[in-house]
Order: sequence, then C-alpha cells, then structure tokens
Amino acid sequence: MEQIGAAALPVLVGLLLLAGFVRGVPVFDTFLVGAQEGIRTSLQLLPTLLGLIVAVTMVRASGLLELVCGLLAPLAQGVGISPEILPLALLRPLSGSGASAYTLDLFQQYGPDSELGKIASVLAASTETTFYAIAVYFGACGYKKLYYTVPAALLGDGTALVLSVVSVRLLGG
Amino acid sequence: MLNSIWFGMMAASILCAAATGRLGELSTALLEGAQNAVEFSILLLGSMCVWLGFLQVAEESGLSRLFARLLSPVIRRLFPEYGQDLEVQGKISMNLSANLLGLGNAATPLGLAAMEAMKEKNPGQTPTRGMILFVVMNTASLQLIPMNMAAMRAANGSVEPFGILPEIWLTSAASLAVSLAACKLLERHWVWNR
Repeated sequence: MEQIGAAALPVLVGLLLLAGFVRGVPVFDTFLVGAQEGIRTSLQLLPTLLGLIVAVTMVRASGLLELVCGLLAPLAQGVGISPEILPLALLRPLSGSGASAYTLDLFQQYGPDSELGKIASVLAASTETTFYAIAVYFGACGYKKLYYTVPAALLGDGTALVLSVVSVRLLGG
Repeated sequence: MLNSIWFGMMAASILCAAATGRLGELSTALLEGAQNAVEFSILLLGSMCVWLGFLQVAEESGLSRLFARLLSPVIRRLFPEYGQDLEVQGKISMNLSANLLGLGNAATPLGLAAMEAMKEKNPGQTPTRGMILFVVMNTASLQLIPMNMAAMRAANGSVEPFGILPEIWLTSAASLAVSLAACKLLERHWVWNR
C-alpha cells in the first residue's frame, strides 16, 4: 500500500509527459507557459493567505478554542461526542497543520487503535480545511458574495463529525 | 460573508486573550502568523508553478480532454451549465482526479485553474452555481486512499494503519453527499436568487 502511494506521483507525471511528447507537444516550452501562470496566481493569493493564517494563528494563541470547547462540551457529550474530539472538530475546518498536531497528541495519549484514536483518524481524514479552501478559491477569483457556500460546506463537516463517531462505534469499536 | 467571519475570528481572539491574560502570546502570534503565511506562499508558489506547467502539457496533448470524457457522466450531472464546455470540464476533471488520488498539492493549483476558466466565461459579478458547487466539493475530502493518515497511524504504533478505511469512506462519502445535496437544494431557494 505504501509503495503504491509513493509510486502514484512519478508514474502519473511520467505518463502525462509521455503523452505530450509522443503527440509532438514541445513539452518543456509548454510547461514553462503554465508555470509562468503559476507565479501570477500565487502572488494574487498571498494577501488572502496572509489574512487567514494570521487570524487562525491568533485564534489558536488566544485560548479561544479551549473556551469554546468548554462551553460546548456538555452539549456534545449529550449526543455522545467526547470532549477530546471537540477541539479537533473545531480546528479541522480552519487549519490542516493544527488538526494534524492535535490528532498526533491524541495518538500519543490514547494510542491510534483506541476508540478515541480511531474517531480522530476518521474525522481528520474525512474532512478538509474548509475555510482555507473557500478563502483561497474565492479569493483568487475576487468574488465577494459567497451565497450558500459556507452553510453547505459546514453541513458536510457536521455530518462528518457525527458519522466519524457513529461509524467507529458501529463498525470498528 | 468572509468579512464577518474574519472580523469575528480577530475580535474574538483579542477579547479572549485579554480576558485570559494572553495578550503577550497574541502579539507574538500575529507576527508569527504573517511570517508563516509568507513561508507557506513560497512553498505554494513552487507546487503551483509545477502543476500549472503539467496542466498546460496535459491540455496541449489532449490528455485533459480525455479525462473530461471519462468523468463527463459525473461532471455533466453536477455542472449542467458547463455541459458543453470541454475546457472547464477538463480542468474540473483534473482537479477531481488529483483529489481522488490524494495529491493535495496538485489539487489546489488545478482547482484554481478550473475556477479561472469558469470565471472567464461568467459575465456577472457573482459566482455561478457551478463555481459554488465546485468550491464546496473541494471543502470535502474526496481522497480514495488516505495515505497521510495511514502513515501517521503507523508511525504511532498502530497495528492496522488502514483498519479504519471503511469508516473513512463511509464518513467522507456521506459528508460529500450532504454538502452536494445542500448546494442543489439551496441554489433553488429564493434567498439566493439574483
């Protein structure tokens, strides 16, 4: 399984370039045209990323997460979500590296094969960094009105939180 | 929307830090965050250039159109407004393939290219339904084999790093389905009509 993962990228890139080469595409020149485009896109993204990452770093340093978790813990426990999972659920849509660090903490404290460890694995792997994706994709295009983007995305994240707990208890426990 | 979310995050963290006496940490965090963002942008610049370069080759060789044709039953149903547009379909299918294969650094550049292509064809000042659906899909996890998670579990002594695969598939598929259904329902509602 690990070997497949490591081989996927080089094989894919190799096939992609081969397909271009045999069809007579000037592969290097064409690659450069696309790469040039990448510079513009990345620079355009810098302000969006800066604003978002500053806000997320400040939220994490301020202790806001612990405060919100403390407030939500009784509510979450009422529906069967343990207080250790709550910070991960709140962190995951905001910061990929933050969520990884917290998952690692849980692994070291409870072990990856414990029920908590499994729930954390499922939750972290079944969702994405929602706000990062929204800010980057709409930031790059310069649209201000997002309509129902955030509610639709967060409904999915909520579903993932509930199902990560339910699926581990039902299937793997 | 992002204005209020961003303001909310900034204001709440300042208030919370003031209440818990962590203003010192907070000022460090502010500058650290800015530095991290620049570092991250430089890392992103590399993967962005490489993947947009590969995408250009795939488009010139017709590989991207082939991907579009393979995934078109799914793409046409989800993005009916781009049903005739092979360029947009090609870029969307490249992004979806990168997501399915778990190539996270490739998915963002390819996704941004798809957004740019949809934007070029959109005369209005507001995002189209297809663009919103596309972004929402990218906020969900489409990855078939979660290699990073398995590696992290193995490194921490898991006896079955891939043991939670069925749970992950079930959870991510259901959460994607809920998000897609929410989009398709909400886009019909009068609140969003424009």
